[in-house]
Amino acid sequence: MCLAVPGKIVSIIEDGNLGLRRGRVDFSGIRKDVCLDYTAEARVGDYVLVHVGFALTVVDEEEAYRVFEALRELDQLDELKVSAPQ
Amino acid sequence: MKFLDEYRDCEAVQKMAQTIRRSTTRPWTLMEVCGGQTHTIVKTGLQDLLPEAVTLVHGPGCPVCVTPIAMIDRAVAIAGRPAVIFCSFGDMLRVPGSSQSLFDAKALGADVRIVYSPLDALNLARANPDREVVFFAVGFETTAPANAMAVWEAKRQNVSNFSMLVSHVLVPPAMETILSSADCRVQAFLAAGHVCMVMGFEEYVPISRKYRVPVIVTGFEPLDLLEGIQMAIAQLESGRAEVENQYARAVRRPGNHAAQERISDVFEVTRRTWRGIGEIPASGLRLRETYYRFDAELRFPMEIRDAEESPECISGLVLQGIRKPYECPAFAARCTPDTPLGAPMVSSEGACAAYFHFGRRIQDGNPVVSIAAAGD
Repeated sequence: MCLAVPGKIVSIIEDGNLGLRRGRVDFSGIRKDVCLDYTAEARVGDYVLVHVGFALTVVDEEEAYRVFEALRELDQLDELKVSAPQ
Repeated sequence: MKFLDEYRDCEAVQKMAQTIRRSTTRPWTLMEVCGGQTHTIVKTGLQDLLPEAVTLVHGPGCPVCVTPIAMIDRAVAIAGRPAVIFCSFGDMLRVPGSSQSLFDAKALGADVRIVYSPLDALNLARANPDREVVFFAVGFETTAPANAMAVWEAKRQNVSNFSMLVSHVLVPPAMETILSSADCRVQAFLAAGHVCMVMGFEEYVPISRKYRVPVIVTGFEPLDLLEGIQMAIAQLESGRAEVENQYARAVRRPGNHAAQERISDVFEVTRRTWRGIGEIPASGLRLRETYYRFDAELRFPMEIRDAEESPECISGLVLQGIRKPYECPAFAARCTPDTPLGAPMVSSEGACAAYFHFGRRIQDGNPVVSIAAAGD
């Protein structure tokens, strides 16, 4: 039930009917209106995590790639390929 | 989908699993708190990538599973009243009450509707001023900001035919209940990332210290979960017990301040009964007095008797990580998603349903087929 899906804000409406700030958010082609009241810092182009119609956080893009950098640093992929040719 | 697919990448997942295999020297038992995490683990077979020494047990983080039978009975009773439109998230509808589910009530003529957001229910109330629209507010901290906003907006716009049946629960008190149980097997927690996205993770620091358990705020994709497990094992192997954040792309230490403010505008902390576990003090939310006129329990007062669980169902032990679903004699025999004895077999996030749909039978040491695909 605590599912939250990342989507990209394509436009922002400041005087929405419900909630003060709404955004149109694109989820890989499906667009939905989302309440942005809890993410005042969100701008067009930002990715937000959306749960039951509410954006609850702006995705930190730098942090998002940290794990891949860590994996690259471990450089284990190359090691895997060398030590276990299949 | 950006920020999802990358974390399902097979090579990256294998690499992380290898790191875990290399760093594990002793047996460890970890609990993932959230039902969504359980679902990913069982569906993708992550346990099979882990060394045998690492055991994952599944936590109580499925709101559908822990909503008491008496609350379902109350929902069914309210839904059956004339003029009521009863709105709920979809996964609550099939949960058995003592005699009926909300789906049964709908089949018998009650106006029960599935909504995506509590704001949809509020819109229904505005569009149907001659009807009573009731929203079943079930969920953890993740869902509380949305439900709080719906009530706050109802008050602001004076939508008098809208109310909420509130059954909100909080994660940290349940973690403490598990840790203080004599049967507790849990040595580290993967905390529920989206709960922490709202609440932050300061409140886990005293729990981690008091019980000497690592708590890793963890996301929901396979790579997230493996990284969370890796961080937990690194702590366990080195004798540390701290709160760390794996899910930093979504979670900041203080959480979402605006959401927390709206939650505490509208709700206050109360004791709640957890299905299968029992009453836990200060483990849930109820509407504050200034919002009582939106409280469906007060608007539709009725006597609901305490209902008994099926005596065969061991969901309480499953929800505390003491037993695995397949250790239940009724599992996949007398208890299936079509004829569930308990809620964890109903919800798509319930541990029993996850094992039923995606758990694999081991035959001659090899996983062969899902239990559901194998028939009985």
